[in-house]
Amino acid sequence: MSERIAVLAGGHSPEREVSLRSGHRVATALEARGYDAFLLDPAEAPLVETLSETAAGCCYVALHGKDGEDGTVQRVLELLGLEYTGTRPFACHIAFDKILAKEALHAGGVRTPAWVTIQAPALRDLAAGPILQKVAERIGLPVVVKPSRAGSAMGISFVERESDLPSAVMNALSFSDAVVVERKIAGTEVAAGMVADASDPLPLVEIVPKSGVFDYAARYTPGTTEYYAPARVGDEVMASCRDEATKTFRALSIRDVGRADMIVDAEGAPWVIDVNVSPGMTDTSLLPMAAAAAGVDLPELCDRVVQLPLARRQPG
Amino acid sequence: MAEFNVDPYASLYARRTSGMAASEVRALFAVASRPDVVSLAGGMPYVQALPTEHVLEVVESVLAERADVALQYGGGQGSPVLRERVAMLMSEEGLGVDAEDVVVTTGAQQALDLIGKVLIDPGDEIVVEAPSYVGALSAFSAYEPRFVQIELDEDGMIVERLEEALVRGVRPKFVYTVPNFHNPAGVTMSPTRREQLVTLCREARIPIVEDNPYGLLRFEGEHQPTLRSLDPGNVIYLGTVSKVFSPGVRVGWAVAEPGVLQRLILAKEAADLCGSNFTMLVTERYLTGDAWRTNLTRLVETYRSRRDAMLMALLEHFPADARWTRPAGGFYVWVTLPSYFDTRSMLAAAVERRVAYVPGTAFYADGSGKERMRLAFCYPPEERIEEGVRRLGELLRDEEALYRSLSR
Repeated sequence: MSERIAVLAGGHSPEREVSLRSGHRVATALEARGYDAFLLDPAEAPLVETLSETAAGCCYVALHGKDGEDGTVQRVLELLGLEYTGTRPFACHIAFDKILAKEALHAGGVRTPAWVTIQAPALRDLAAGPILQKVAERIGLPVVVKPSRAGSAMGISFVERESDLPSAVMNALSFSDAVVVERKIAGTEVAAGMVADASDPLPLVEIVPKSGVFDYAARYTPGTTEYYAPARVGDEVMASCRDEATKTFRALSIRDVGRADMIVDAEGAPWVIDVNVSPGMTDTSLLPMAAAAAGVDLPELCDRVVQLPLARRQPG
Repeated sequence: MAEFNVDPYASLYARRTSGMAASEVRALFAVASRPDVVSLAGGMPYVQALPTEHVLEVVESVLAERADVALQYGGGQGSPVLRERVAMLMSEEGLGVDAEDVVVTTGAQQALDLIGKVLIDPGDEIVVEAPSYVGALSAFSAYEPRFVQIELDEDGMIVERLEEALVRGVRPKFVYTVPNFHNPAGVTMSPTRREQLVTLCREARIPIVEDNPYGLLRFEGEHQPTLRSLDPGNVIYLGTVSKVFSPGVRVGWAVAEPGVLQRLILAKEAADLCGSNFTMLVTERYLTGDAWRTNLTRLVETYRSRRDAMLMALLEHFPADARWTRPAGGFYVWVTLPSYFDTRSMLAAAVERRVAYVPGTAFYADGSGKERMRLAFCYPPEERIEEGVRRLGELLRDEEALYRSLSR
């Protein structure tokens, strides 16, 4: 009898639509490999009851954003004693929160752009707005303002002039109760995906958005961004990107599957700007492209990922 | 080193699709459909109020008696009996129309598209109100016009501004307006402005496209004369049964002079051959007799009471320096906040607090309107409206605190 796999997708995060697209593709791919896969949207069906009624053997986590990537759903699955794809709860918690992730990357010796953190209560309750003037002094301009807990580039702004900082901070705070303001690194954007083995990332994918900015529209409107896999960088740069990616996955204890996004600066040095514990699996997503460049199609990619939790199950 | 071809069509798309992109706002609306979110966003008619028994009878009688017609192709202009009925509906607002001058469309939305197709060449100027119905902006956009926005106030489009634009050399193909219970602004064009607009456009030989989906949803006061009744030769009039019956039947129409009408019919046939005879006949039967009037009266009462609930809640929960319109009908209240608000970036926080609205920028061709929002009172019951407005008011206070802190 074929293995029952619940593909968790949808949910309540702003990335709901993206996640549903990921989930449909994963479920179809798993079916093509002979699994009895079904989509489970926690926003539509009660998670715990459905998992027990359907007697799923394990879960493929294709949820994005809050709940799916911050350890929430992973804690539920661990309590249920169900194996699942991806990173464990505490590591998810850290990887999804840019405030914690930046600290962990820094401590792990990963090259990541200089940053400061501003929390909403500091502004609201401590009236600490004037600290914004320190931001440019501390890390220089231009900067990228990011919500601490969000994905798909939602709520992100690029700021060149100090006068634009307040509105960028307010924009990001709409998605989260804190923002990370990061020095903007100019260069080539690349993504390093990983399946199973942190020491051997998939081929790098180079990202060239036609608008110049890899924002939500550029990510999810086919044809608005050009992708090159493997990336058009020299062997030396390739090697240092792979090193940086491996260090990233280890520093954050990323398990099974993950993606590190980087900018390669003019000197060829990679800077890690984001980490994903549940990388997108849509038709415009980076991990499937990286796998394809390694000769691995989507069904095989999903199969490899889902084999990992299946192998972890205790016999009996 | 291969380029990864995500979309093999990428180099083939027509220029008119350049504005069609994935958006964060759209993604947020996908989350806003969860039941614990009070949605003041969508303008969904309250179809639960329809007399379902009666509708069922109507559908049954159409299938029992007219199946040969109902299930067959029809003419491009639309069912003649329905066009007669639609003419009757327009007379409710004092507009006399010959059924021969009507083309039935798939919702008035298709009429907007057909008008764009028939009248707009790329680069043509067209006049729209600021703000304007987002669906009209999208429909016209495909034909690559240059939008000229004319501001409106409590009395509708400020005709003097249009006159100034014409003096500046603007030569629009047409002027698009929603004179009654404007979407999104909620305002109604005053009789004086109607006269002014019709006269100006007649003299300048610029046709008016009058979009009147909400006219029969009047809560108080007298019906205003339609622009078409003031100058039939120079006004293309659009109507729909979406608000008085059901948006699900997709029955709208355009009324126009013979030359335009013929092109609209040909364009309609090119687009989809013909509308649905089935829903046209269902609509015709529904609008026969008096049951629809009784139901409309009830609907108007429901909407009025929901509007009142929203206006009360706004007064109680919104900041003192916020302004909003007081619609005498229709679906929408239009809110203007102090200029430091950005309702587009605020939407994620609103959805997080379980309330949704439409950011003002959606309704402008030039991306302005960031300090405005459209609130729809048509769908949620009074207590949900009150709760939604309360949640929004709380969010606005927190946003204001953030802003005050950041601007110190």
